[in-house]
Amino acid sequence: MIEFSLWDILRNLLLATRWTVLLSLVAFIGGGLVGTLLLFMRIGKRRALRLFARYYVELFQGTPLLMQLFLAFFGLGLFGIDVPAWLAAAVALILWTAAFLAEIWRGCVEAIARGQWEASSSLGMGYVQQMRYVILPQALRIAIPPTVGFSVQVIKATALTSIIGFVELSKAGTMVTNATFQPFTVYGLVALIYFALCWPLSKSSQILERKLNVAHRNH
Amino acid sequence: MSLIEITEVRKSFGANEVLKGINLDVEPGEVIAIIGKSGSGKSTLLRCINGLENIDSGSISVAGAQLQPDEIHLKALRLKVGMIFQQFNLFPHLTAGGNVMLSQMVVKKTAKPEAEAMAHKMLERVGLAHKFDAYPDELSGGQQQRVAIARALAMQPIALLCDEITSALDPELVSEVLAVVRELAAEGMTLLMVTHEMKFARDVCSRVVFMHQGRAHEIGPPDAVFSNPKTPELKQFLGML
Repeated sequence: MIEFSLWDILRNLLLATRWTVLLSLVAFIGGGLVGTLLLFMRIGKRRALRLFARYYVELFQGTPLLMQLFLAFFGLGLFGIDVPAWLAAAVALILWTAAFLAEIWRGCVEAIARGQWEASSSLGMGYVQQMRYVILPQALRIAIPPTVGFSVQVIKATALTSIIGFVELSKAGTMVTNATFQPFTVYGLVALIYFALCWPLSKSSQILERKLNVAHRNH
Repeated sequence: MSLIEITEVRKSFGANEVLKGINLDVEPGEVIAIIGKSGSGKSTLLRCINGLENIDSGSISVAGAQLQPDEIHLKALRLKVGMIFQQFNLFPHLTAGGNVMLSQMVVKKTAKPEAEAMAHKMLERVGLAHKFDAYPDELSGGQQQRVAIARALAMQPIALLCDEITSALDPELVSEVLAVVRELAAEGMTLLMVTHEMKFARDVCSRVVFMHQGRAHEIGPPDAVFSNPKTPELKQFLGML
């Protein structure tokens, strides 16, 4: 029987971590772009677009991410389209992240006091000008902490993609366990790596929240 | 032709009719105080004049600009009337100077140096030239309200609407804001103000409108309205019954 050193295990896990990080980045950036689009539909003036964005968010928040992954992976296969695991994982995570970010950001825009809209209206600004110069600059400030906080959820959510066969950190953990028969060591290391990725983000979210609150102490 | 013409304006919120046919013509340079109990429709009337509320029927025009619900007409109207709010509504992410400059640059497309010069001039007019770089949360309520006045003035409106602009202020800060308003009145600015400052209304205003249950119940010069009210509702409001 082949002996595996701790370094052998860790090295393989770290190599797979690259894919977890990459998938998280793709999901977060892609989800951010789609989420921005959804946000403007959701708070815009066109009723049809508002409803579309609302139902989109409800659909993706109301179903498990795992089902969304299965549907992206197996569903398209039914139509004869061969979807590789990485593509299904990326698409499902982008759409899922977009739903949550759009909803977080909508809350931030709606948190801006009505008086800000009224004051800018009374000065003659149109909707786009109000958004750009008055509402969004303020909404952005309050959006930073929850957005960074949500990125932690995205990283942890990538673990689910191991089930459709995408080899990221969790999947690599399973594979290494099967080879070494040391589940406790392997999954312990996997957990530590996730923690090393997530903890700095949660921490910085907390720090940002405190900082931005200080700037708004009189409001 | 009057500067502001309000004709048979009606407005309901749901089943509640807040304005029941208001008629009021305002001449250039007039200072009008609108008084009345809360819920009498005085703030709603003011908000209708620059289109923050839609009216159900009747018409409002300011120096020829008609109130219409589309964005182009609203903008034309709002360039003629400035508004000052009870809660100041300064933009918290901009300095006092930035607050006064923003709409000039965005709405009127004024170049930055000119907008800045105008901002300095307007802040000086309200006695706050030295606070140009201060953020709203570094200013007292009275100072914030004066910045809000400077911000409205920088758009060079021909009339100003003041919606209970001293009601959110600590008592000792009221006079500094009223002093600015008094000065504007003396310079000939047309003012419509919803106010609870009866003494101020009496001293400064050319006419007083007493609103009661959605109607302009009694209109007249301040002396007549305050010393010789005709209707029992106004007498009661003034504490004379």
